[in-house]
Amino acid sequence: MSETVESVSALIIQKLLANPKVPRDIDGNCKIMEDLAFDSLAVMNFVMEVEDSLDVSVPLDKLADIRTINDLAACIVDLKNKG
Amino acid sequence: MTSLFSKFEGLAGALGAVVAAGGRNPFAVVIEKPISSTVGIIEGRETLLFGTNNYLGLSQSERAIKAAQAAAATCGVGTTGSRIANGTQSLHRQLERQIADFFKRRDAMVFSTGYQANLGMISALAGKDDYLLLDADSHASIYDGSRLSAAQVIRFRHNSPDDLYKRLKRLDAPNSAKLIVVEGIYSMTGNVAPMAEFAAVKRETGAYLMVDEAHSFGVLGEHGRGAAEAEGVEADVDFVVGTFSKSLGTVGGYCVSDHPELELVRLNCRPYMFTASLPPEVIAATGAALEDMVAQPELRRQLMDNAAQLHAGFMSMGLNASTRVSPVIAVTLETVEQAIPMWNRLLELGVYVNLSLPPATPDSRPLLRCSVMATHTAAQIDQALAIFRQAAEECGVPLQPNKA
Repeated sequence: MSETVESVSALIIQKLLANPKVPRDIDGNCKIMEDLAFDSLAVMNFVMEVEDSLDVSVPLDKLADIRTINDLAACIVDLKNKG
Repeated sequence: MTSLFSKFEGLAGALGAVVAAGGRNPFAVVIEKPISSTVGIIEGRETLLFGTNNYLGLSQSERAIKAAQAAAATCGVGTTGSRIANGTQSLHRQLERQIADFFKRRDAMVFSTGYQANLGMISALAGKDDYLLLDADSHASIYDGSRLSAAQVIRFRHNSPDDLYKRLKRLDAPNSAKLIVVEGIYSMTGNVAPMAEFAAVKRETGAYLMVDEAHSFGVLGEHGRGAAEAEGVEADVDFVVGTFSKSLGTVGGYCVSDHPELELVRLNCRPYMFTASLPPEVIAATGAALEDMVAQPELRRQLMDNAAQLHAGFMSMGLNASTRVSPVIAVTLETVEQAIPMWNRLLELGVYVNLSLPPATPDSRPLLRCSVMATHTAAQIDQALAIFRQAAEECGVPLQPNKA
């Protein structure tokens, strides 16, 4: 199974849209904390859900560099390729 | 030019809203004078203290007060130095021996605060090739320790040994050491860790296990050694960390372990090395409070009886309290708009509890966090319950009796 940044990004957006509080018009360039109004705890909890969907673990120190949905997708693809 | 303080604008707005909604700043309460372990003067009124973590009431221990006075008189009021330089007096080594013996461990390290014990042990033990596995609801000191370490940090779902196991198995890192960190009792919710199951995961995966017994030391287990003693798995715990500022009523932190390398951790642990050690009067008071705790096991039984009384009262009243009885009992409310007026009304009516607001709470709902003491009387607990009912009714917080 080979995920791409696009496919992972699409999956993340799909998961985000399951939350009714998230704006409907999000795309891969949305900033997770600023545009989605997630606090730090909400980001960590959301990443945990994505981790389980894709069977990958994103170390917390990596989250510091992630601003957008596409950043998160790229980080996950990178981790999967290393694995 | 950018202001250094522009990052605080959101906080200023949030604090302003909290103060406007309730009339006072809940994070700036002053206890003008402690009357006893259970009553203090706040805003000029005698107030029942139900949020001080002083589980055994030992902040007012006669034995500890006398020990502190004697130590100050003979040793002075400060050490003016680090533990690894001039900051270790005989009293410090005696207390370390006393703590190690209490836990039946080889050795102990005493830190200046409980926060520093977690910060120091986690950052010293976990290096850049290692993995830290943290419970998602871990205390800030554990998260901060993980940031000070260079390790890879993985969160697992709160109190879920299965999720921990899954995440450990997912790591493809046979050459990395793994350190699992859990808490005996979680400070915000009172949840108790399933220690036997965590210990089983540790054994199967070859990881190391650290337990922060900050809120369970002196509280759980036949001898008060915490959640690991209560479930009979102390042999699986590599490191116990904790604090003196809850059940012993003083201040300071510790780590106990059977690993002889603890002696080397002293020289590789920045929050231990680069701070002044505890002053003699605190060390002496802590040792005396520990003697009190050992000499009075009935305090622990009284504490659990009191916790059960408060918990049963909340349940029959119809407030949403934690499911398990522990000395930390959190009442969960649905909205911040309910929690702020209710917390203020409780204080006006004479009960102090902790107001915990998201994101410092686990599931984005606010908590009225209560901590029970062995020294509360049954009448004080009844009075607190009556005040909770009155405040809830006045603030429009729905009561749903018999909803388990």
